[in-house]
Amino acid sequence: MKEFSSDRIIELKTPLSIEDIINLRSGNRISISGYIYTARDTAHKRLMELIKSDRELPFPLKGQVIYYVGPSPAPPGRVIGSAGPTTSYRMDPYTPKLLEMGLKGMIGKGRRSDAVREAMVRYRAIYMAATGGAGALISRAVRESTTVAYEDLGPEAVRRLKVERFPAIVVNDILGNDLYEKGQKQYQILS
Amino acid sequence: MRRISTKTVIQAVRDLAISANLELGKDVIHAFEEALEKEISPSGKAILAQLIDNAQIAREEKIPICQDTGLVTIFVDLGQEVSIVGGDFKAALEEGIREGYSKGFLRKSVCHPFTRKNTGDNTPLIAHIEIVPGDKLKICVVPKGGGSENMSRVFMLPPSAGWQGVKEHVVRTVNEAGPNPCPPTIVGVGIGGNFEQSAFLSKKALLRPLGSRNSNPELDQMEKELLEEINKTGIGPQGLGGRITSLGAHIIMMPCHIASLPLGINIQCHASRHMEVTL
Ligand code: SF4
Repeated sequence: MKEFSSDRIIELKTPLSIEDIINLRSGNRISISGYIYTARDTAHKRLMELIKSDRELPFPLKGQVIYYVGPSPAPPGRVIGSAGPTTSYRMDPYTPKLLEMGLKGMIGKGRRSDAVREAMVRYRAIYMAATGGAGALISRAVRESTTVAYEDLGPEAVRRLKVERFPAIVVNDILGNDLYEKGQKQYQILS
Repeated sequence: MRRISTKTVIQAVRDLAISANLELGKDVIHAFEEALEKEISPSGKAILAQLIDNAQIAREEKIPICQDTGLVTIFVDLGQEVSIVGGDFKAALEEGIREGYSKGFLRKSVCHPFTRKNTGDNTPLIAHIEIVPGDKLKICVVPKGGGSENMSRVFMLPPSAGWQGVKEHVVRTVNEAGPNPCPPTIVGVGIGGNFEQSAFLSKKALLRPLGSRNSNPELDQMEKELLEEINKTGIGPQGLGGRITSLGAHIIMMPCHIASLPLGINIQCHASRHMEVTL
């Protein structure tokens, strides 16, 4: 199986197929282009309610990537305001179900629960980290932003973003590796 | 008495709220540059380089450094020879924040604890007002995001825990926080006082410029020791592994009750935003 070195940046285009992610490994730097969807706490809660009552979702999940972000308002002349990731663990309770339904990737920051990590292996999906607090830099990768649902939630609305060369790092790959664990162990100094 | 109008206060707070969110302090940027030289992990280096670029983009393009423009704390030193005229002082602080967050396209991130309904204007705020000698009014606006504030802690340690116990608790807190508070962080430590004072001191400690020395040589030494321990954890930038987990550890210490050893730990993310003015 081909492994990529950690300093090369791998281009990734959405929607994702299994072939796109099968060789990606925890630690790979990637650059994402295509459409991704934003959703955070309340949007996830509402998506789950729709799923439970067997109703149609505001966007298709199959092969898609969800970005956990609540951007700042777009100043005049800009597509979006500052748009870095929010902490992912708050979405953990909802995530296994979305993965089961075909979600292939998530972008956020911070560790995921064991249940989410198991579901990523089972349904073959990946979790990527964007740099938290680099919202100004990341906003430059966003070329279009359209609200597709829950406008009433303001920054928490579901948006479809067209991104070009969105910078991220693979944290969890389909084999169950975790960069937060691996990375810390590698640089820890035991006294 | 020197008179300062609430109108002046509103304008000052509004401008500080906006500039604090767009312009990162030179001390912080300098600390990123130093960290970039010291960091050995490739992902850590890439992230630190991004943070330097991010600060520049935010300043030049006038968009927030981070989308989480936070809940605002305002530290006020009010000279006892100043008389505030033209209205309610605290209402003026609020109005300044309201205007700044609306005019500056900053995210409103304040809500009801249970219904989670957004208050819509980023108020209320937390004000710490201290009466000091003189006829000046100093206002320091500190927007702070949820990611790092959520990882902060207060411990009421037994006195026997001593400095060793304090160190262990700080390092444990940093370890448990892992990637969540957006490392590289700054760790504010308040030792002594009582329950709420230790928390207050830990936040106040964050306001000291990064890279500056503690004026108390004993505390200066303790800060060095603490930072070294924190950076042994290997958490690194964004928690993806590396030698730079924190850019600084700042301590404020004061006497406490004979039966206690209060310890406040305030974790500050790399987006360490604060802006002040003296009127
Ligand atoms: S922890 Fe700080 S840098 Fe990270 S997202 Fe929150 S406010 Fe931004």
